[in-house]
Amino acid sequence: MPVNAELAGRSYPSAPPYLVAREKVREFARAVLATSPLNLDPDAARAAGYADVVAPPTFAVVVQEHTLAQLLGDPDAGIDFARVVHGDQRFTFSRPIVAGDELTATLTVTSVKSLGGHSMVTAESAIVDAAGSHVVTAISTLVVRGEE
Amino acid sequence: MSALPSAAGLAVGDVVAERDYHLTRDTLVRYAGASGDFNPIHYRDDVARSVGLEGVLAHGMLTMGLAVQPVVDWLGGDSGRVLDYQVRFTRPVLVDGETGADVSVIAKVGVIDDAGARIDLTVTFNGETVLGKAQVRVALA
Repeated sequence: MPVNAELAGRSYPSAPPYLVAREKVREFARAVLATSPLNLDPDAARAAGYADVVAPPTFAVVVQEHTLAQLLGDPDAGIDFARVVHGDQRFTFSRPIVAGDELTATLTVTSVKSLGGHSMVTAESAIVDAAGSHVVTAISTLVVRGEE
Repeated sequence: MSALPSAAGLAVGDVVAERDYHLTRDTLVRYAGASGDFNPIHYRDDVARSVGLEGVLAHGMLTMGLAVQPVVDWLGGDSGRVLDYQVRFTRPVLVDGETGADVSVIAKVGVIDDAGARIDLTVTFNGETVLGKAQVRVALA
């Protein structure tokens, strides 16, 4: 089944709120080989003016993931997960994610393009905090390989 | 911790950070657990080969995640100074079960402007770049 060409512009309901836990941030920081004390030590983060440990930039993908699952799980989108390759990734920040944040992500498909038998689906997940203020937008382009 | 970098004294083309990383299967399993990405092509050779790959690959998001770390350290460890970070995944990083994989990162100043700077990353594995258009917008002191 091909990717639904009418997908561009579609938004999904916001994913359930994601509560950023300190130990999750530290676990993720170690996993991406981060060495900054601000990612690992609450006292160092507070001394730098943050409420708690600061997440590495790509931690936002953990929050974004719940929205991508909505898109990939939507039968009407026509995206065969077995054929999906991650093409591009981008994060645009208003501020970093900090432990204690309660984040809500909302995905919108911004474009669907065809290129040499493949489809390129670009989706933006806007991530806001409990006050509704923008924290980061995570943008993924997924390449869906065509059937041979 | 070193002083925060400022635009003064910084020139386009300057190398601000470089680092080599040695990845093993352990690194991949740790990232799978921390990120929740349990696609078996990142820990099982048989599954990777069944979909036409040479073997187990690093998660693209692991490569993206570690490639920015030398820049974060250059920013005094403050990842809050990263305003925007983008990459294109151009080649896979094959992680051998015995010998692992060596990935090197070189971070150079691409642009300096009122907002700060754009740092361009060159990320290589086996002598070839694995990320394209890897750019980090940063706020400077």
